Amino acid sequence: MKLHEYQAKQVFADAGIPTPASTLASSVDEAVEAAEEIGYPVAVKAQVHVGGRGKAGGIKLADDREEAEQAAEDILGMDLKGYTVETVLVEEAVDFVNELYVGVTMDRGEGEPVAMVSTKGGVDIEAVAEEDPEAIAREHVDPAFGMHPFEARKAVYDAGVPSEVASDVASILTTLFQLWDDSDASDIEINPVMITSDDEVVAADAVMNIDDDALFRQPELAEMEEEAAEDELEAKANEYGFDYVRLDGNVGIIGNGAGLVMTTLDLVDHYGGAPANFLDIGGGAKAERVTNALDMVFADENVDSVVFNIFGGITRGDEVAQGINDALGQFDEIPKPVVVRLAGTNAEEGREILNDELVTVEETLEDAVQRAVEYADAEVEQ
Amino acid sequence: MSVLVDDDTRVVVQGITGGEGNFHAEQMIEYGTNVVAGAVPGKGGQEVHGVPVYDTVERAAREEDADASVVFVPPAFAADAVFEALDAPLDLVVAITEGIPTQDMSKVYKRLGEVDTRLIGPNCPGIITPGEAKLGILPGNIFESGDVGLVSRSGTLTYQVVDNLTSRGIGQTTAIGIGGDPIIGTDFVDALELFENDPDTKAVVMCGEIGGEDEEEAARYIAENMDTPVAGFIAGRTAPPGKRMGHAGAIVSGSGTGTAESKIQALNDAGVPVGDTPNEVADHIEDFL
Repeated sequence: MKLHEYQAKQVFADAGIPTPASTLASSVDEAVEAAEEIGYPVAVKAQVHVGGRGKAGGIKLADDREEAEQAAEDILGMDLKGYTVETVLVEEAVDFVNELYVGVTMDRGEGEPVAMVSTKGGVDIEAVAEEDPEAIAREHVDPAFGMHPFEARKAVYDAGVPSEVASDVASILTTLFQLWDDSDASDIEINPVMITSDDEVVAADAVMNIDDDALFRQPELAEMEEEAAEDELEAKANEYGFDYVRLDGNVGIIGNGAGLVMTTLDLVDHYGGAPANFLDIGGGAKAERVTNALDMVFADENVDSVVFNIFGGITRGDEVAQGINDALGQFDEIPKPVVVRLAGTNAEEGREILNDELVTVEETLEDAVQRAVEYADAEVEQ
Repeated sequence: MSVLVDDDTRVVVQGITGGEGNFHAEQMIEYGTNVVAGAVPGKGGQEVHGVPVYDTVERAAREEDADASVVFVPPAFAADAVFEALDAPLDLVVAITEGIPTQDMSKVYKRLGEVDTRLIGPNCPGIITPGEAKLGILPGNIFESGDVGLVSRSGTLTYQVVDNLTSRGIGQTTAIGIGGDPIIGTDFVDALELFENDPDTKAVVMCGEIGGEDEEEAARYIAENMDTPVAGFIAGRTAPPGKRMGHAGAIVSGSGTGTAESKIQALNDAGVPVGDTPNEVADHIEDFL
């Protein structure tokens, strides 16, 4: 789960990290009022979960009332890489002489957190990591002990942070690690930390992503999650408890188990089709889950055919087949052709139960995918 | 022969009184696994499927001489359950639980470096030595005893590949589901090393997926250390960057690391053929044998 910049900044400010004065606005009037109160110059920043907002026109500076009004008008309602901007953060523009990067993330290879500091702040840090890895100082932290103050200092001095601000930056990093730890964050970063001409340090941006699997014990953060920001179908999937990702093809895919569903997508592509989605219905495929899954996939107007790929382990093929019959039996007319492939426990019994008038039954994964791709192509031609 | 588990393995089921634990304990016993105890705090003295339940893992291990456990404990308490098994101590812990917070697993991972216990998982289907023992939720009926070792990050994909093998009469020494989380105990390299040192394993299937760099590391290990032939499969070729494809670990980062292309390339460079379909993986294995 991703926090918006304004939410993360609030968390940072509460923890004592210096942040610029700012106000959230959802209309041009509110934005102008906020700018007048803060005093110029201000930055008007789109609050959407998109990287590279600045380059895409989602951040504008304003030196007076007129410019603030123009900036808010331009940004509010704009489409930023598929997301509509509904709120902006109006923020005191900091006059800086230098920009740093400070962050904490999980190094999955090492299985432990790593703190990172770089004097190349204000730019895409992943690009820096690729082109100039030496420019980022990394300090691994023992997750059982937490970050010792010396580790923060080490990272800061190794990165070459100017000595006038080193101790303040180390203190920010220590606080950031504590926040990472306390809030079950997966990533937390400030890019940039701005250094002013009188050696003040200010967090000018804020990124905070929380481990979805830990939200159950982070109720305050979980409440910050916005449903409106999500794709409508993805929101529906959440409600049904499915792992779902929408893609832009026309072959709908339903399966059990992440690896097998990904493989089904890959095979659709391999046989010349284009997957419309990733949908993992998980273990057990009772009628209700099957109905919900079909409802999801049919709700995507791009879908021209559906392939249902179930490998029954503990899940029994005959139960799945009954579920599919029941689900499709509720339709007067099946919206799009459905191909079913059942394997594993009681697959044969399942295939016998499946109603040939409702679905096409294939025995192998390869045949099922090819048939679904054929159906989708035929729908497109019509 | 086999790796890690066989019919001598004495198993404790942690969480045996819960829905999942209860059901799968019965399935494991039916398969012939030597399940000797259950461990659930507050349930000591009960009996489930003819197996005595103890309040602590340490007591279960001591009383029943157990050396392995399977963890069916809900995510919020699962890391603690693994720590308890490490403390007992057992030789092998298989964590089935999906959805353990990553920071909890980071602490477990740190501890694993300090003890002799091996962890498989979490978020995995478990491990099976066909005809001898299964620790986990894998459907026993699709496996057959034979010469091929299998290691995979995914459950149902494993079943798919095993089905492609078994239907051709190719059996398995041991199959290990290492799990789909970002931080896991036994990784590809660990499993490959076990198979390389097992004289009965004549070929190995490795099923990877997008995310992380474990497959690339495995490719380096294979090139430098393995004589046993390996065939691979990588799921997630069509996954878009930044989207989590079901598994917490299956995500391609914005900067392009963890992609299927990078993994397939690394494996090919190590001389490992990678199938475009699960059935093609079985073709490669057939060629090896």
